[in-house]
Amino acid sequence: MSEKRPSLSPARFLSARRRHRSAGLVVLLFGLLAVGSAYAAFAPDNAVADNSAQSQQIEEGKKLFAVGCSSCHGLNAEGGGNGEGKMAGPSLIGVGAAAVDFQVGTGRMPAMQPGAQIPRKAPAYSEKEIEALAAYVASLAPGPSVPGSESYDVSKATDEQVTRGGELFRTNCTACHNFAGRGGALPNGKYAPSLMGVSEKHIYEAMLTGPQQMPVFSDQVMQPEDKRDIIAYLKALETQKDPGGFGLGRLGPVSEGLWGWFVGIGLLVAVAVWIGAKGVKAKGAKASE
Amino acid sequence: MSTSTEFPGPVKWVDDRLGIAKIGKKNLRKIFPDHWSFMLGEIALYSFIILILTGTFLTFWFKPSMAEVEYQGSYSLLKGLHMSEAYASTLDITFDVRGGLLMRQIHHWAAVLFIAAMMVHLLRMFFTGAFRKPRELNWLIGFGMLFLGIVEGFIGYGLPDDLLSGTGLRITNGMIQASPVVGTYMNFFIFGGEFPGDDFVSRFFIVHVLLIPGIILALVTAHLFLVVYHKHTQYAGPGRTQKNVVGYPLFPVYTAKAGGFFFVVFGITALMGALMQINPVWLYGPYNPAEVTAGAQPDWYMGWLEGSVRIFPGFESTFWGITLSWNLIIPALIVPPAFVTLVALYPFIEGWITGDKREHHLLDRPRDVPTRTGIGVAFITFYAMLWIGGGNDLIATHFNLSLNHVTWFLRFAVILGPILGFWIARRWAISLQRADHDRLMHGLETGVIMRSPEGKYTEKHQPISTYEAYSITARDRLVPHEIGPETDENGVRAPRRALNKARAALSRFYFADAVQKPTAQELEEAHEHAHDADEIHELTEDTETYREVTSDRS
Repeated sequence: MSEKRPSLSPARFLSARRRHRSAGLVVLLFGLLAVGSAYAAFAPDNAVADNSAQSQQIEEGKKLFAVGCSSCHGLNAEGGGNGEGKMAGPSLIGVGAAAVDFQVGTGRMPAMQPGAQIPRKAPAYSEKEIEALAAYVASLAPGPSVPGSESYDVSKATDEQVTRGGELFRTNCTACHNFAGRGGALPNGKYAPSLMGVSEKHIYEAMLTGPQQMPVFSDQVMQPEDKRDIIAYLKALETQKDPGGFGLGRLGPVSEGLWGWFVGIGLLVAVAVWIGAKGVKAKGAKASE
Repeated sequence: MSTSTEFPGPVKWVDDRLGIAKIGKKNLRKIFPDHWSFMLGEIALYSFIILILTGTFLTFWFKPSMAEVEYQGSYSLLKGLHMSEAYASTLDITFDVRGGLLMRQIHHWAAVLFIAAMMVHLLRMFFTGAFRKPRELNWLIGFGMLFLGIVEGFIGYGLPDDLLSGTGLRITNGMIQASPVVGTYMNFFIFGGEFPGDDFVSRFFIVHVLLIPGIILALVTAHLFLVVYHKHTQYAGPGRTQKNVVGYPLFPVYTAKAGGFFFVVFGITALMGALMQINPVWLYGPYNPAEVTAGAQPDWYMGWLEGSVRIFPGFESTFWGITLSWNLIIPALIVPPAFVTLVALYPFIEGWITGDKREHHLLDRPRDVPTRTGIGVAFITFYAMLWIGGGNDLIATHFNLSLNHVTWFLRFAVILGPILGFWIARRWAISLQRADHDRLMHGLETGVIMRSPEGKYTEKHQPISTYEAYSITARDRLVPHEIGPETDENGVRAPRRALNKARAALSRFYFADAVQKPTAQELEEAHEHAHDADEIHELTEDTETYREVTSDRS
């Protein structure tokens, strides 16, 4: 073995030393160095780019939050009082991006004034701003995230799914929202709002997060496909024309009774008065004959 | 018409066998007075005819069965769902039978109008005192029809076995069960076991299409027979007395008018059925006891019962293991029947208070009897407050109110409202009486100011027309019931003194503050006085006739 020492070609050198007792260690070091360099070359670059975009969005959301939301919800979304011992806004830690997207996306937040219930109105923030706010609130603690469009896409819903959605809707929702999703009253000035004209995403988020008086229908309670079927039924109801004519608001017998009295009896009594008045004229005509 | 030889062949053939000429001669010339308010009952009659016609159409396809079937009709939102045959056949009538939806909607609108028209007709009877002797029994017959009509409507609303009407039946089921002791038995008897069971649709169906319509038809016949027998009432006017009827003959005037009106009622009902969607059972879905919908209300005529239950505070008590649900017993089982009985018996109550035993064929104007008008308005207000209560949720959402505020307002308004309504209506009627009195005694204000030689200014008054004066003075003087002396000539106390005293007190209350019509003498004096004051020297033609007529009446 010692005779082969003078040969200095590197290949031969390595080949000759490949069974050296520290050869394994050297290879391992080399390997680590290669992987480490490769990691340093690719991965850290990406991570830095990602972090900067997300943290920028969170930062932006935090600023928007400080301006538009913190007066009630607290500077760090920890919830706040109104200075008179009553809660002005609840803590938003852990409510998730879905809740923010629903509340701000339907215009309920920022609220104009405290009351029994915050009404729906035109949204005050752009979609980008809403995303930023959602990212900020989501960064505080884990919570339900904004659902992907595939989970509420009902354009390909089958008849069976719509029918199933109707049954689920009548079992879980109509007690407050009315049989046609037109809304209903709850105690003390609260109400279940109308579901007409609400986007699929917002209906999905409402079920997921349970805003205001609404109970939470989490994915464990109501499966994502149940939610999608309910939305499919609602959208079918919304686009369905009333086969019987003017729908009278789809509110049930109260509006029917109102129309029956004011239009029906009103018209008939008017005709009776008209026929009665005709009689007087006929009398005059006869007398003159 | 006197001899049957004048008739064309077919009429003669029938007359020879049935004697229609004799019947026709008497009845076709029957005189009825003319006024628009006399046609309100007709609306109800025509609606009833429309109900029978459209209802018959519906029975051809409706299956009164609670057997479970899978829906495979053309309404895709419910396809494949399990439901009762009753509900499935209602969907079939709606979506798969030609003209079915239109017939369903006309039938339902006609039901809404039928009961509304009966109620409007009843109010006309009430406020004009048409229920007085000899028509008290006809009032009761009419009331019976109204009651049966409401039951009929409610049962019909339950037949399609949809979620809305099922919820309504569930509430009714609760009310029945709330009856102490007999509740559970009655409930089992009606539903054939636990609610909803398998029987109620087939049972309700036969009651809806045979039993109640049959009874109503019999009552309609009796009602109209009595109208002919009593002869129609009329409003006061020259030449109209308690002993005559001034108007037009049935043929040709009223056959044309009533016939035309029938087509108008049918037309309007058909238009409503064609244009306004009613009872969209496909939106409600099939009945399932596990489901319920917000805004679950009955049709309007049951709304006051619903409201009564809705606004009543919830409390119940338990005795020896038996629960008494006062929150149902009082608002559903005590208050409504008591109110209905009170209104039904009103003619007898008023007759007893006033002690009036005479026949009346001339109608009162509402102002002529202020207390009755006040009571009527109190009844309406009471009913209306309960009625509003039936829709408290929709009122809250549509007017941005708190449901609790609406309910609490109604809890007070249902008691205070009728009192306020009574008082306002009564004072209003009395004021109108006073205005009439002024017109009669002083005439119309002409706006012509006269100056006397002494420099005194007076306004010239024009006497009102004979026609108007007659109409105003045709009413009776309102005299409280007299109870006679405390003891008879032998010093024996009159029997039932306390009751009679109460009756006299009520009678005084009934007629208190009402303006009496002037006597002929008072009128004469007022007129003389007016001449002096107004310096009117020329007596016009009008004044002469006017005096003649009034002295005739006294």
